[in-house]
Amino acid sequence: MTAEREFDLIRDSLDHCVKCTICESACPVAAVTPLFPGPKYVGPQAERFRGAGESVDASLDYCSSCGMCTLACPQDVHVAEINSRARAVMKQQHGIPLRDQLIARPPLQGKLGTPVAPLANLVLSNRLARLVAEKALGIHRDAPVPKFAGRTFRSWARRQPAPATTGTRRVAYFHGCSTNYFEPGLGRMTVAVLAHNGCRVVLPRQECCGLPLQSNGIFDAARSYVRRLAAGLAPYARQGYPIVATSTSCGLMLKREATEILGVEDDDLRAVSGQTYDICEFLAELHQAGELRTDFRPVPLTVTYHAPCQQQGHNIGKPALDLLALVPGLKVIELDRACCGIAGTYGLKREKYDIAMQVGSGLFGDIRAAQPDLAVCDSETCRWQITHGTGRTSVHPVEVLYRAYGLG
Amino acid sequence: MSEQPGTATADVIVLGAGMAGLVAATRLAEAGLRVVTVAKGYGSLRLAPATIDILGYGPEPVDSPAQALAGFAAAHPEHPYALISQVMLADSVQWLKEHVGTYAYVGDPSTNMLLPTAIGVPRPSAVVPETMAGGDVRRLGPVLIAGFGVLKDFHAALAAENLQAAAYALEARPVLLDAPVGGQADVGALALARRFEDAAFRGAVAAELRAAVRGEEAIGLPAVLGVDQARSVWTELQQAVGRPVFEIPTAVPTSVPGMRLDRELAGRLRRAGGRLVLGAEATGPELRNGRLAGVRIRSAPRVTTRACRWVVLATGGLASGGIEVDVSGAVSERALGLPVHAPGPGETRFGPSYFGDHPMETAGLRVDGSLRPVGPDGEPVYPNVYAAGAVIGGARPWREKSGDGISLSTGYLAAEAILKEAG
Repeated sequence: MTAEREFDLIRDSLDHCVKCTICESACPVAAVTPLFPGPKYVGPQAERFRGAGESVDASLDYCSSCGMCTLACPQDVHVAEINSRARAVMKQQHGIPLRDQLIARPPLQGKLGTPVAPLANLVLSNRLARLVAEKALGIHRDAPVPKFAGRTFRSWARRQPAPATTGTRRVAYFHGCSTNYFEPGLGRMTVAVLAHNGCRVVLPRQECCGLPLQSNGIFDAARSYVRRLAAGLAPYARQGYPIVATSTSCGLMLKREATEILGVEDDDLRAVSGQTYDICEFLAELHQAGELRTDFRPVPLTVTYHAPCQQQGHNIGKPALDLLALVPGLKVIELDRACCGIAGTYGLKREKYDIAMQVGSGLFGDIRAAQPDLAVCDSETCRWQITHGTGRTSVHPVEVLYRAYGLG
Repeated sequence: MSEQPGTATADVIVLGAGMAGLVAATRLAEAGLRVVTVAKGYGSLRLAPATIDILGYGPEPVDSPAQALAGFAAAHPEHPYALISQVMLADSVQWLKEHVGTYAYVGDPSTNMLLPTAIGVPRPSAVVPETMAGGDVRRLGPVLIAGFGVLKDFHAALAAENLQAAAYALEARPVLLDAPVGGQADVGALALARRFEDAAFRGAVAAELRAAVRGEEAIGLPAVLGVDQARSVWTELQQAVGRPVFEIPTAVPTSVPGMRLDRELAGRLRRAGGRLVLGAEATGPELRNGRLAGVRIRSAPRVTTRACRWVVLATGGLASGGIEVDVSGAVSERALGLPVHAPGPGETRFGPSYFGDHPMETAGLRVDGSLRPVGPDGEPVYPNVYAAGAVIGGARPWREKSGDGISLSTGYLAAEAILKEAG
C-alpha cells in the first residue's frame, strides 16, 4: 500500500457530496439489480463509516467500476474511485478468488494461449470446457471471451520496414495486451492510419497496464504493472512523444486511474499521463489543428457508435463522432447508453453475468433496431460484449477510418 | 443521428448543461451551428421538479405571469426579466413544449396553476408536465393521496392533511399502497419509477388503487410513474383505475420528472448534432485581440484550448458553483473570470433575519440587452460571450418562483442573439 497521505484529494472529495443523488440516476447497475444499492450509498455515504476495521458491506462488489457516477457528479466527487479503493480493501480481507487472479492477467493468458492458439480457441469455444470453467472457476459459460490471434501484433511489427512517411511527427503507440494477443489487426490499422497522417510510429516496450488487476482489487500487483509500463513509456513522454492508446480503458489507466485509484505517485507516470491520448482524441486534435488528412473515400455503410463507459471517463466528449462525420457516405447513429455491461471483467463472472447482460440490454436493443452494418465502439471488451449481445460485428473507430482512407 | 460535418472547431461552446445551457445549445444546433456543450457533470434539471415556474410571487401571489411581467420588470430594473419581452417569454415556452415530445407540457404564461408540493402546500407554476396538471388545487375536488410504504420520501398522510386543512381540496384522504417490490423495505423514487415501466407491477398498483378509490375522487401519487415511458404509464394507469391520476413531485432528489426532462432535452441536443462533453471544466478564456477566441478546458490530465466563435455561459449561480465565494468573501465567476456584481469584502452580505432579504442573494453577472456580460462601465466584456440562466444576477428565484422561466427565456434569448450575428 502507498503511505497514508495527509491530504487525499480523492477520498476527501466525498466532503463535496451534497447528497443530491444525481449519481444514482446515472448508475447502470443499480438500475437493474437491487444487489447494488447505488453509488452514493456505497460511495461517499458509506465511506465515512469505513475505518481500519473489517469491511462489512459486500454489496460494494457489485459495482462494475464503469465510472458513470463520477462522470455525472457536478460536485467533483470521485465516487467510482472511492468505491474501487474500498472494494480492494474488502477483497484483500475476504480473499481474492483464483478466477479473479486469472482473468486479471491478460499477459499471462496471452503468453499461454498464443503459441497454441488453435487449440486454445477450440477449448474456449467448447461448451463442455466452458461448463467446467464455470463450475471450477466461476467464469460464466456464455460470457464473451476473445480468440487468440496466434501471431502477436509485436511479432508482426518486428518484421515491418519502417513505414514510408514524409512526416516528422513522432508518436509512441501504446497498443496494450488486447491488440497484441487478440486483435493485432487493429494495431496494424492504427499504424497505417497514423503513418497516413505523417506520423512516425514507435513501439515502446510495454506490458499490461494493470487495469484488470485494479478492477479486481489486486492493487499491489496492479501498481507494479503500471509502474513498469510507465517506466517503459516515460523516456518517450519526456522527449515529447504523444503516447497514443487504442485501448481506451488502458489509456485512461495511464491518464488518471493509476493515480486516482491506485494512488501511484511516480515521476515516470506523471510524465506519461500528461502525454497520453486516446487515438480518437489524438486524431481529432490533429483535425482541429488542420493537420488531419481528409482524403476519405465514400464508405456507404450505416454504423452505430457507442462510447463505452471508460471512453466517457476521459472527459473529452466523443471525438470518434467528429472523425466519423468526415467520412462521406457513412451514416452514423449515435447511441446514448451508459455501458454495455461487461465493464472489463465484470460480466465474465458467473454471479454477475446476468446483471451485465441486463445493463447492456438497452444498448443491444438500440443496435438491433438500427440494423447497422457495423457497431462501432472504442473498447475491446465492449466490442466482444456487443457482438455477444447482438450478433453484430463490432469494430474500433480506427477500422472505419482505415477503410475510408483506402489503406486496406 | 449525426448529420453535421466534423466539428473541427466549434461555432459555439456552451458552458453548463442545465435548463439554460441545454435550451441554448439545442436551439443553436438545430439552426445548423456546430455546438459543443461542456459541463462538470449532469445539470441541475435532475434536482428540480421539472415544472416551469415563471413568476409566482412579485412579491404578492401572481395569477398571470404574462400580465405581471412588465410591471415586475419595471419595479426590478436589474432583474433578468427586465430583458425578456412577453413575446420572447411566450416563444421560449412554446419552443420548450415543442421540444419535449414524449412527455408533454401543458399551460402557458398567462395563468399560474397551483400544484401541491410533497407536503400538500400549493406552489405556483405556469407550465407543467401533463402528468402533474390534474393536481391544480384551484380545481381540485375530492382527492385520494396515495403513498407507498417503501417510499420514505413521500408522506401521503401529511400531504392529505395539509390539503384538507387549508381547504385546497374539497376532501383529501391518504392511502398507503403495498406495491410488490419483492420484500425490499426501502425503495427510492427512481427505483420505484423504474418498476412502473413493468406492466405487471403497474397492474398490481392499479388493482390496489381501484380497491381504495371512492366515488369522484382523483388520485394523487408521488412522481414515480415511469422514467422513459412516463406518458404511457400515466395514461394506462388512469384507464386501469378509471379515475384521473396526477403526479406530485417528491421533495428529495433525484427528481424523476427532472430526469425525464433532462433526458428529453439532452436527446434533442444530440439528435441535432450537438456534442456534450461531461466531466470537464472550463478554466479560462483564450483571448485574441480583445475577443474570446476559445475556451481552456480541463479534461484530466491536461488543459486544452477549444476554439470557438461564441460562448454561452450557463454555469449557474452560487448554488451550482458558477459563481463562487472564497473565504475572504470575494465573489468570482469561475469559468471565464467575468466581473460579478455582488457585495464586496467588508460590505454587508447577509441580512439579520434568515427569511429576510440578503444582499448576496442577487449576486451574479450584469448583462446588456442581448445578454452579454458587462463590466463596471456597462460595456460588454467580450463581444462574443453571452450569459444565460442563474449566472445572471439580480433575481431571487426561490422567493419569486422564477428560476425555470429565467433559465428557459434567457437560454432562448442567448441563442437568438447568436443566431442574429451568425446571419
